[in-house]
Amino acid sequence: MTDTIVAHELVKTYGDVRALDSLSLSVPEGTVLGLLGPNGAGKTTALRVLTTLLRPDSGSAAVAGIDVLADPDRAREVIGVSGQNAAVDEYLTGFENLDMIGRLYHLGRSKSRDRAHALLEQFQLSEAADRPAKTWSGGMRRRLDLAGALVAEPPVLFLDEPTTGLDPRSRTDLWEVIGGLVQRGTTLLLTTQYLEEAERLADDIMVIDRGTAIAQGTADELKAKVGGERLEIIARDEDDVATIVSTVSNLGSDKPDVGGRRICLPVVTGPTALMEALRRLDDKGIELNDVGLRRPTLDDVFLSLTGHAAEESEPTPTRP
Amino acid sequence: MTLAMTASDGWTVARRNIFRMARNPEVVIWSTIQPIMFIVLFVYVFDSIPTPGISYEEYVMAGIFAQTVMFNSALTGVGLAEDIQKGIIDRFRALPMARSAVLIGRTTSDLVNGLAQLAVMVVVGLAVGWRTSSSPLEVLAGLGLILLIAYVFSWISAAVGLSVKSVEVANSAGFVWMFPVTFVSNVFVDINQLTPAVRNIAIWNPMSAFVAAIRELFGNTSEEIPQPDVWPLQNPVLASFLWLALILAIFVPLSVRQYKKASSR
Repeated sequence: MTDTIVAHELVKTYGDVRALDSLSLSVPEGTVLGLLGPNGAGKTTALRVLTTLLRPDSGSAAVAGIDVLADPDRAREVIGVSGQNAAVDEYLTGFENLDMIGRLYHLGRSKSRDRAHALLEQFQLSEAADRPAKTWSGGMRRRLDLAGALVAEPPVLFLDEPTTGLDPRSRTDLWEVIGGLVQRGTTLLLTTQYLEEAERLADDIMVIDRGTAIAQGTADELKAKVGGERLEIIARDEDDVATIVSTVSNLGSDKPDVGGRRICLPVVTGPTALMEALRRLDDKGIELNDVGLRRPTLDDVFLSLTGHAAEESEPTPTRP
Repeated sequence: MTLAMTASDGWTVARRNIFRMARNPEVVIWSTIQPIMFIVLFVYVFDSIPTPGISYEEYVMAGIFAQTVMFNSALTGVGLAEDIQKGIIDRFRALPMARSAVLIGRTTSDLVNGLAQLAVMVVVGLAVGWRTSSSPLEVLAGLGLILLIAYVFSWISAAVGLSVKSVEVANSAGFVWMFPVTFVSNVFVDINQLTPAVRNIAIWNPMSAFVAAIRELFGNTSEEIPQPDVWPLQNPVLASFLWLALILAIFVPLSVRQYKKASSR
């Protein structure tokens, strides 16, 4: 299998900030790579380099065998890009937005029109097609922006945080749309802050922090690395915390994380650990405020991979 | 990228901007109200400014034409800064379109606005007593020159709008240089009556050449207001074209370069 998207040792610095610190990645044809990381990790910067928007200080990048730095014009013909903040023109109607993009891909007038109609249909936007996009909901605009990336049916697609800021319903809708594209063999690189999103859409996930890859694997592999689910216990009485920790510690795959009355323990098989923990605590007569299992989040991944929380590691660089 | 493709991409972008104007007509409406204000204010408030041998209305209109289209060109940079902020420029830059098309499209569509302003100014000017006294062909050439000035100034504005970091800055940076350019010139007063130091700058100001050229083409000159003895003002029409060519030669490549570097963050 050939790699459709390749980045090799990309470096980009803004003053003292290394936005990309020798980042390499490759996405085999027809697969999806999720770049997972907090704000400022370098996800968007990497995407901007791969989509010809930004020149790196050093390193190389290619899409579909075309050198992005040497031949950006040809690279642009094979890529579709959908950005973080729905770049639709709000004064244009949905149809006009897509029709314009078709013309700029040089599809010709009638093909552009047909593609616009087909995409509006496919994304269930036909009803609103002739209204200016500023009257649309955030979810609809995001779908329109994504549709814009698909006008020329590019074999390579880049999505930058496709669902950030959307309500849960719109997010699920959009996931379904993206899932459909992937089934048709599009090679996709997407960035996200949500482990759940990466898990849902990506074959392979790369966790990046401070411009460099810190882990890569399938969602299951990463979760195994961070210890699967979390058993979360909230004690009723703060004095009980030490007893709870000593009682349940050996059920965990890693050391518990304790904060106030909250104990968070990575576990491998959630339900078994939960029942056993409750049995033991009940035997000791310890009362709890709350107990439950939750799936690991980006925060957990970060904490276990880097030892620091997934907060903004660097300020977002301003325009150079 | 062929020339035909560049023109077609430019037209696609211009078309988009014209759609936007049609949906958001306030911009055009207010930009035509502004020159009405200027004409009325100057003609009635500064009526006593001495312009020997010609009425002040007839003298000042050429200046107001040039000043208005220059002020209006600031919209080009503001529009581009807005497109950068909204991520539209990123979208365009990731498309396989001509690099200069977004700028050609924007400067061309802003000319529609300039045309609307020019039409309003002509009507209001005639209403306050401005008249031309040259051949119809010369009048047409004068109107054409005004539009050409509008277009060329749009490219300066584009370079500014693509170089600053926000729409707000584009708005103020786009205007600030225009004040000395209009005031240190023959726009509002007889250039001979400026203090010698100011006059020496004013006679070389391209704006003075533009306005002198418009006055000449409209026949709004007076024998009692001689042109200073410098080449650009003795040959204002030719000088204007040379100035405009020079501005384009500098600001078209500069704008395209800034466009290639422009980014939303």
